[in-house]
Amino acid sequence: MEDSETGGNGFEPKILIFACNWCSYAGADLAGVSRLQMPANCRVIRVMCSARVRPEFVITALSKGLDGVVVLGCHPGDCHYSEGNYFTRRRGLFLKKLVEYVGIEPERFQVRWVSASEGAKFSDTVAEVTRQVKALGPNRPRPKA
Amino acid sequence: MPRTRVGVFVCHCGNNIGGVVRVPEVVEDARNLPNVVYVEDSLYACSEEGLSSIKEQIAKQNLSRVVVASCTPRTHEPLFKDACEEAGLNRYLFEFVNIREHCSWVHRHDPARATEKAKELVRMGVAKARYLEPQEEFESEVFPAALVVGGGVAGMTAALSLANQGIQVYVVEREEQLGGLVREVRTLFPTEQDTGELLGPLIEQVRSHPQITVYLGSEVENIEGFIGDFDVAVATDGQVRELKMGTVIVATGAQELKPLGMYGYSGLPNVVTQLEFEKSFKRGADLPPNVVMINCVGARVPERTYCGRLCCSTAIKNAIWLKEQDPDAKVSVLHRDVMACGVDIEEFYRGAMELGIRFLRYDVQNPPEVLGDRRAEGVKVHHQLMGKQIILPADLVVLTTPLVPREDSERLSKMMKVPVGTEGFFLEAHLKLRPIEFSTDGIYVCGSARYPSSIPESVSQAYAAAAKAAIPIRDGSVRVEAITVFCDERTCSACGNCVEVCPFGAVELQEGRFGRIASVNVMQCRGCGCCVAACRSGAMQQRGFDDRQLLSMIGALADEVVSVGGR
Repeated sequence: MEDSETGGNGFEPKILIFACNWCSYAGADLAGVSRLQMPANCRVIRVMCSARVRPEFVITALSKGLDGVVVLGCHPGDCHYSEGNYFTRRRGLFLKKLVEYVGIEPERFQVRWVSASEGAKFSDTVAEVTRQVKALGPNRPRPKA
Repeated sequence: MPRTRVGVFVCHCGNNIGGVVRVPEVVEDARNLPNVVYVEDSLYACSEEGLSSIKEQIAKQNLSRVVVASCTPRTHEPLFKDACEEAGLNRYLFEFVNIREHCSWVHRHDPARATEKAKELVRMGVAKARYLEPQEEFESEVFPAALVVGGGVAGMTAALSLANQGIQVYVVEREEQLGGLVREVRTLFPTEQDTGELLGPLIEQVRSHPQITVYLGSEVENIEGFIGDFDVAVATDGQVRELKMGTVIVATGAQELKPLGMYGYSGLPNVVTQLEFEKSFKRGADLPPNVVMINCVGARVPERTYCGRLCCSTAIKNAIWLKEQDPDAKVSVLHRDVMACGVDIEEFYRGAMELGIRFLRYDVQNPPEVLGDRRAEGVKVHHQLMGKQIILPADLVVLTTPLVPREDSERLSKMMKVPVGTEGFFLEAHLKLRPIEFSTDGIYVCGSARYPSSIPESVSQAYAAAAKAAIPIRDGSVRVEAITVFCDERTCSACGNCVEVCPFGAVELQEGRFGRIASVNVMQCRGCGCCVAACRSGAMQQRGFDDRQLLSMIGALADEVVSVGGR
């Protein structure tokens, strides 16, 4: 990646968020209801559980040029389906390595926990991830061989 | 196969969306999306007018998919799905796009980018909608018992209301007695009735009702499950009791704020709160001749912005009580505004003034000051009409503080996965459309756990919560949302990953037409999709969240065609 492209000169990353219906999507709603202002870089896809997010989704999103992918789930121990987010946690660790292996900065993929009452944590997460991905610059995935 | 015809309805939500997102631009953008044959904007899509327009266009345009871009599916999805169904369109051919909570409300200062984001969200919604399929719902049984957490006025009223409908009720109360906060109150406003007259019969009815089981000195340790089938663990008598419940009512109440460090409280012995005053000063006891009450202590301030609603009435009640015991007593109430809403309370306030109770407004920027070193001896306050400082002699200073959430509401909120608002009170699904209900089906809330509530309010909320909680139990069954998983027997390799990961034991390997494959019990499946992500061959799919649908959303966002496979 060229240095000139990684600067913060007006670059607005496009970040995909997968949010579980029970905790994180509700947390995002609460952020809205509380009118917590946040950067307009993230788009949410609602899934019932964070564990529904197949590795393929993350790799596809990043290889198609989205600048970041975040998977949000209930806090460990609080999963609506008892143990779904434990799968997410383990899958997240190995996915980070896979993302790096295919030539994409692993920081572009993150797993975080946001509960239904954590509207502020949702908006903070959006702000923080946006800042981090902005610093990385545009995602230029390696073209297929 | 006939061409898919998508209709898109973009909501202004009055100014809520339209004031930030440029809706006409979103509408124009949607017109160019594949398969979209009709787009309209709506001032309020959820209004009677908005809904009938959706129904009308389904028929007129022969729509086979409907996309509504408005607020959150967590509150409004059933409404729009019902509208589709009424117009003869399967309710699962509807897709919701959230451009309010996730867009206009959180990007108020950036209309241009909020509009771009709304366009992209609509594109994603349309992309998914094209792959939606009609679904049939399954029915699931409801266990015929209800749990009421909290044995105060709200909890007991709800329990009685349910039990009188013939429903088995379990009340879990943390204290060793029923009655809640009201137990500590001397009289009720505005009737000045003794609290015992209310509590006594109520407690007696609850204790003696054959359909009600009360656990005192007990706590709910865990709640798992879903509407109709909650597994509840109650810690009682040093053991944990496992109970099964169909529905749950949260009536855990609130507590009085202890204003530590304010106006000499906790330092000076004769500075007390209203509740402490009611508990310690009984009828006929030596009553202080000069009493000053200070209202809005710890309420309507930056760290606690809400109005406690009941506190003004409580101050008026106690001031009147003092005046009635000793007509010569000098009672002053220092306030910021007097909240005495409603016919009865306003009358009550007038009565207090006629009795000679002095109401003085103070300025929050220039608050009163309690004078005295070992004891409070007077209160200095800026008299706004006289325009100067005056000193009121005081033998007793009573601080009027708001109700605040119980300490364990955060723990309960996490356990039941229901939200609390910024002030820490439980947050219902929707203030106007779904009060009393949480967005999680089968759990309801009433009384001061929700917001500081008077007795009449708590009682009516309790009736409402009980009515809501009784519906699924009386019906005997609930429809299970068709978001369950299924297995494509042609591609399943019987690896058993799905069996391993399913948290509910809903999947097992069985002999099928094409040999051993995974088989799903839809009654046990709760639609998490763990097995779908774990499936190596893509044979497992989730209704309404299948790979094609989700990948097409990613493709729409990346503005690229994503191969979504051929299933």
